[in-house]
Amino acid sequence: MAGDIPILTLLVFVPALGAGVVALLPKERDDVVARVGLGIALLVGLLSLILLFDFDRGEAGFQFVSAHPWIESFGISWKLGVDGISLFLVVLSGILFPLAIAGPHVHHDRKGYVSWMLLLEAGCIGVFLSLDLFLFFLFWEIVLVPMYFLIGGWGYERRVYATLKFFIYTMLGSALMLVGILALVFLSQKATGKLTFDLVSLAEGQSVAESTARWLFLAFAASFAIKCPIFPVHTWLPDAHTEAPTGGSVILAGVLLKLGTYGFLRFGLYLFPKAAVDLAPLFLTLGVIGIIYGALVATMQKDLKRLVAYSSVAHLGFIVVGIFGLSHQGLQGGVLQMINHGISTGALFLLVGMVYERRHTRLIAEMGGIQKSAPLFAAVFTVVMLSSIGLPGLNGFVGEFLVLLGTFVTHRWWAVVGTVGVILAAIYLLWAYQRVFHGVPEGANATFQEMTMRERAVMAPLVILIVALGVYPKPMLDRISPAVDKLVAHVEAHSDFKEPVIPSVDVDLAAAEEGH
Amino acid sequence: MLQAVWLIPALPLTGFLVLLIAGKRLGDPRAGWLATAMMGAAFLTTVVVFFGLVGRHGEERVFTQTIYTWIASGSFHVDVAFLVDPLSITMALFVTGVGTLIHLYAVGYMHGDEKFPKFFVYLNLFAFSMLMLVLSANFLLTFLGWEGVGACSYFLISFWFDRPTAASAGKKAFITNRIGDFGFMIAMFLIFATVGTLDYVPGLAALGRAPEYTASAIGLLLFLGAAGKSAQLPLYVWLPDAMEGPTPVSALIHAATMVTAGVFLMVRVNPVLAAAPDVGTFIAWVGVLTALFAATIACAQNDIKKVLAYSTISQLGYMFLAVGAGAYSAAIFHMVTHAFFKALLFLGAGSVIHGMHDEQDMKRMGGLRKLLPVTSATFIVGWLAIAGVPPFSGFWSKDDILLNAFDKSPALWAVGLLTALLTAYYMTRQVILVFYGDEKWKTAARPETPAEAHAEPEHEPVAAGAHGGGSPDPAAAHGAHGDFKPHESPRIMTIPLVILAVLAAFGGLLNLPFGGTPLEHWLEPVFGENLRHVTSSGGSKVVFATLAFAAAVFGGLVAAAIYRRHRIAEARVEPRILQRAWLIDELYQKVIAHPGQALSQWLASVFDAKVIDGAVNGVASLVRAGGTRLRVVQSGFVRSYALAVALGAVGILAFALVRSL
Repeated sequence: MAGDIPILTLLVFVPALGAGVVALLPKERDDVVARVGLGIALLVGLLSLILLFDFDRGEAGFQFVSAHPWIESFGISWKLGVDGISLFLVVLSGILFPLAIAGPHVHHDRKGYVSWMLLLEAGCIGVFLSLDLFLFFLFWEIVLVPMYFLIGGWGYERRVYATLKFFIYTMLGSALMLVGILALVFLSQKATGKLTFDLVSLAEGQSVAESTARWLFLAFAASFAIKCPIFPVHTWLPDAHTEAPTGGSVILAGVLLKLGTYGFLRFGLYLFPKAAVDLAPLFLTLGVIGIIYGALVATMQKDLKRLVAYSSVAHLGFIVVGIFGLSHQGLQGGVLQMINHGISTGALFLLVGMVYERRHTRLIAEMGGIQKSAPLFAAVFTVVMLSSIGLPGLNGFVGEFLVLLGTFVTHRWWAVVGTVGVILAAIYLLWAYQRVFHGVPEGANATFQEMTMRERAVMAPLVILIVALGVYPKPMLDRISPAVDKLVAHVEAHSDFKEPVIPSVDVDLAAAEEGH
Repeated sequence: MLQAVWLIPALPLTGFLVLLIAGKRLGDPRAGWLATAMMGAAFLTTVVVFFGLVGRHGEERVFTQTIYTWIASGSFHVDVAFLVDPLSITMALFVTGVGTLIHLYAVGYMHGDEKFPKFFVYLNLFAFSMLMLVLSANFLLTFLGWEGVGACSYFLISFWFDRPTAASAGKKAFITNRIGDFGFMIAMFLIFATVGTLDYVPGLAALGRAPEYTASAIGLLLFLGAAGKSAQLPLYVWLPDAMEGPTPVSALIHAATMVTAGVFLMVRVNPVLAAAPDVGTFIAWVGVLTALFAATIACAQNDIKKVLAYSTISQLGYMFLAVGAGAYSAAIFHMVTHAFFKALLFLGAGSVIHGMHDEQDMKRMGGLRKLLPVTSATFIVGWLAIAGVPPFSGFWSKDDILLNAFDKSPALWAVGLLTALLTAYYMTRQVILVFYGDEKWKTAARPETPAEAHAEPEHEPVAAGAHGGGSPDPAAAHGAHGDFKPHESPRIMTIPLVILAVLAAFGGLLNLPFGGTPLEHWLEPVFGENLRHVTSSGGSKVVFATLAFAAAVFGGLVAAAIYRRHRIAEARVEPRILQRAWLIDELYQKVIAHPGQALSQWLASVFDAKVIDGAVNGVASLVRAGGTRLRVVQSGFVRSYALAVALGAVGILAFALVRSL
C-alpha cells in the first residue's frame, strides 16, 4: 500500500501540518489540544509502523524514495529515502513522540508545547530521511527551533542559561557543517562539472581530493560531535537535559542525540570514507573517553536528571566506538544501540519526571525508601535501569555487546578499555537506585504515590520493547544488516581499510580432517 | 526424552511469569507452593532427560536443541540453544533437586513476611537463570544466565532493603561480579576473534588447538569472571556481605548453586585449560590459597551465617584447586557433595536463627541440641560431612581433590591438607557454640555489642519488628532473651533438612574410589584426555585418606579443647585481625573505592564544571566582551535569532511545498 502513497513525505508533512493545526486551536480548550496533538502524533506513529511492515528486509539501498526537483538551478531536490540505518530511527521517533506528548504533565500553555513538539518531530524525521544535503541541513536547523522554545518555555530554573548554551553550541557546529556542505558541493562541481546536493551521487562520485576531504569531514564531524555529544564538547547536554521539561528530555535523549551519530553514519562515513578511516583512532579514543568519563562524572551527580544526562554521554560513547570501529558488528550494534538508548534513556527521563512531579525535587539526597511506598514504580525503574546497565535478556545488552565485539576485532585495545564502562554503569546506576529506592521512606517519600493508570500506559510500551528487543533482536538486526554491509563495502572500496576475516570453525575443522 | 530439555528452564520461567502477574492474589503460602511445584516439575523433567542421556552410549551423549536465533550479525551468530551432555545434566540435576528442597523450606521460613510472593518471584527467576547458565550451548547464553543469577542475587540480598546494610551488600555483590564479567566479556570477544563462534560444540575443540598464548589469555579472562561469581581471591569480598539476604537465599544462591557457576564454567572450558597448562597451575594456586585464607577467617567469626559464608569461599577454593589440577570430575564431585552439605548447614543455621528469634550471634547460643532435635541432628551430619569424616560425603570428594593436588604438586596438597584441618576446627567450633555448652541465651539480657568490636554487625540489625526475617513471632526478638525458649522449626522446614542430611551422608556413593568411580565415568566423555589420571597405588591412596582424616580429627579435637573444655581462653584464638577478615574490605576501601570516588568527584566538580565547561563559558564571555551590543540584548538576541531561523525555515518549506506540488 505504501507504494501508492508517498509515505516518507507524509511522515514529514503530517507532523509539520499537525503543528500548524494545533497552533490554530483555541488556547482555552486544553482537552481538545491534548487530544488532537496526541492523535496526530499517533498517526505519525502508525505511519512509521506501516513503513516498518512494508520495508523490504533484503534490500540494502534506499527504499520508498520520493524525489522531486526543487531548486534545479542549484541541483537541489526534495529527496527522501529510507534504509536499514534510518528505518528504526524513524520508528523510534514515531513511538517516543506520542509518549513524550501524552506522558508528562504540562504545567502551562499546552497548545504551544504540543505544537512545538510536533514541529520537532517533523524536523527529526526529516533529518533521518533526507537524501539531499540541502534538505538535510534545512531539517537539521529546523530541529533547533522547537527545542529552543521547549526548553526556554517549559523548562526549569536555569533554563535561560541552558537554552543559550544549547543554541550557541549547536549553531556553531551547524555553521561549520554548512561551510562543509557548500565546499563539498562546489568542489565536486569543479571536478565533475555537475552541481548537485544529492547525497548518493556525491558519495558514489568521491571526486574531492583526499586532503580536502579530511577537512570537509572534520567540518561535518564538528557538528555531529556536538550533537552526540562527544567529549569534550558535551557540556551543553547536562544543562539542556536538566533544565528541559520531561518531554523535552525524552526527545532530546531519545531522538536528538541520534542526529549526531546518524550524521556520522549517513554523511561522515558515506561521503568521506577515507577520511573516516584515517581519523577513526581519534574518534575511537574520544568515544572511549566518553564512556569512562561520562560514567565517572555521572557517579557523583547529586541531581538525578543530571546523572541520567551524563549516563547518556557514556552510552553515546559506545555508539561512537561502534561506528568508528568500522566492523559489521560494531556498526550494526551502533545502529541498534541508538534505538536502545532512545528507549531506555527515554524511559529513564520519563521516570525521573514522574519523581519530580511528586517530590518537586530531583536531588537524590532528598529521596529514599521509595520502593516501599511505590513498589511498582520501583520495579519499572529497576527494569529500565538494568536495560541501561546492559543486562543480557534486555535490549541494552545486544547493542553494547555487538559494538564491543566488532570493535574488538578491528581495534582491540579500544574495545578492552571501553568494556570497563560495563562495570562503571553498574556503579552509578545501582548507587543512585540504592539512595532513591532503598532504605526506610520518611516524610514525603513515605507518601510517594504509586504509578497512575496513565503513567502505566505510558511506560508499558517501553518496558515491553526493552524485554522484547533483548530476547528477540533478530527482526531488527535482519533489517539493519544489508544497509550496514553496503556501508562497510563502500568504506572498504574507497580506503585501504579491510575488515579482518574471522576464522570459521567449520573451515578449521575441515582442515583438521584433511590433516588426518 | 532428550527433546524435553527446553522444559527444564521453561518451568521455573512459567512460575516466574505467573507469580509476577498473580503472585499477590495467590498470596502466602500458595505463591510459595506454586514456585516449589515448578521447581519440582523441573527436577522431574531433568530426571527424564537424564535417563534419555543414559540410554545413549559414551561418546554419543551429546545432544543440542536449538530454539531460535538470538543474535546474528555478519559472521557472528548465536542461538538460544541447549546442550545436553553429562556435565550439563549433572549440574541441572543438583540445581533442580537441591533447589526444590530449598524452595520447600522457604515456604516455611518466609511465612509471615509481607513480601512473601515477591520472594518466590525472584526465586523462580533465579532458578530459570541458573538453568540457562548450565544448559546453554554457547558462551553467550551462559552469560545471559550468569548475569541473570547475578541480578537475582542482587534482588535477594537486598530483599530487606530498608536495612542499609542489605541494600549496600546487594550493590556490592553486583558490582564485584561485574568486574569479573569484564573478563568474561573480553574472553568471549577473543574466542570469537580466534575461532569465529561462541558455540561450545565445536568451538571448544577448536580452541583446544589455539596457540598457547591465546588459550592462556582466554583461560585467565574466563577465570577472572569465575573468580567474581565464585568468590575467589581477590573478588570474594561480596559473599560474606551477601549473608544479609534471607537464609534460604544464602543456601540456594550463595552456597549450593550460583557460586559454583564459576567452577562449572572452568570445567566446561577444559579444552582451553588443556591448551594453557600454566593457567591451570595459576588457578590451582588461587584456589588453594583462597581455601586457606577464607578458612582462617571462618575460625574467628561469631555470626553463624558468616562462618558458613567463609566456609563456602574456602570450599569453592577446593573446587578450583581441582580444576587447576585437571581433576574436573573431582571438582564436580565436590560441587555436588558441597551443595548437599552446605545447603544443609545453611538451612540448619536458618532453622536455628528462626528458633532463636532472629539471633545470629553464636556466642549467645549454646545447648540448643535438646531443644532443636531435628535441626541439631541434621546439622551434625552436615558437620561430619564438611569436616571430612568418613563415610560422610565430604570426605570422599575432598580426598579426591587432595589426591589429585598431590599428583600436580605436593605443595598444593600440603596447603589443602592444612585447610582441611582448619575446616574441621571452625566447624567443630560452630557446632559446639551453637548446640553444646551453656545455654547462654537463657542468662543474659542482650548486651549492646560495642560497634567497633566487629567489622560487620553480628546480628540481623533492626527491623526485626517490621518483618522479623520470616519469623512468625517477631515481637519476641526484641529485648531480653531470658524469657523465651528456642523452638524447633515446623515440619515444612525440617523435612528438607532430613532429606539433605541423607544426601550429605551418602553422597559419597556417587564416586566411591573402590566403587568404580561412577561419576567420573559418567563425566569422562566431556573431558576425554584432558582429565588428570592419578596413577598412585591403592596403598598410597589409603595413606592419603588416612592423613586427611587425621587432620580433620586433629582440627576437631583442638576446637573441642578450646570451646568445650576451655583449655585456652577463646579470645586468644580469635584475634581481631581475623574477626575483621584480615582487613581486606578496609584495604579495598582505602586503595580502590576512596581514590575512585575522589577522582570522580574531582572530574565532576572541578574538571567538568571548571575546566571544560569553564572553557566554554570563557569563550562565550570573550565573545560577549568583544561585542558591544550584546550586553543590551543578552538572551533576547538568541530568542529573536531563533525566531528568524524558524521564520526562514517556514518560508523555505512553503517554497518547497509550492515547488513540489
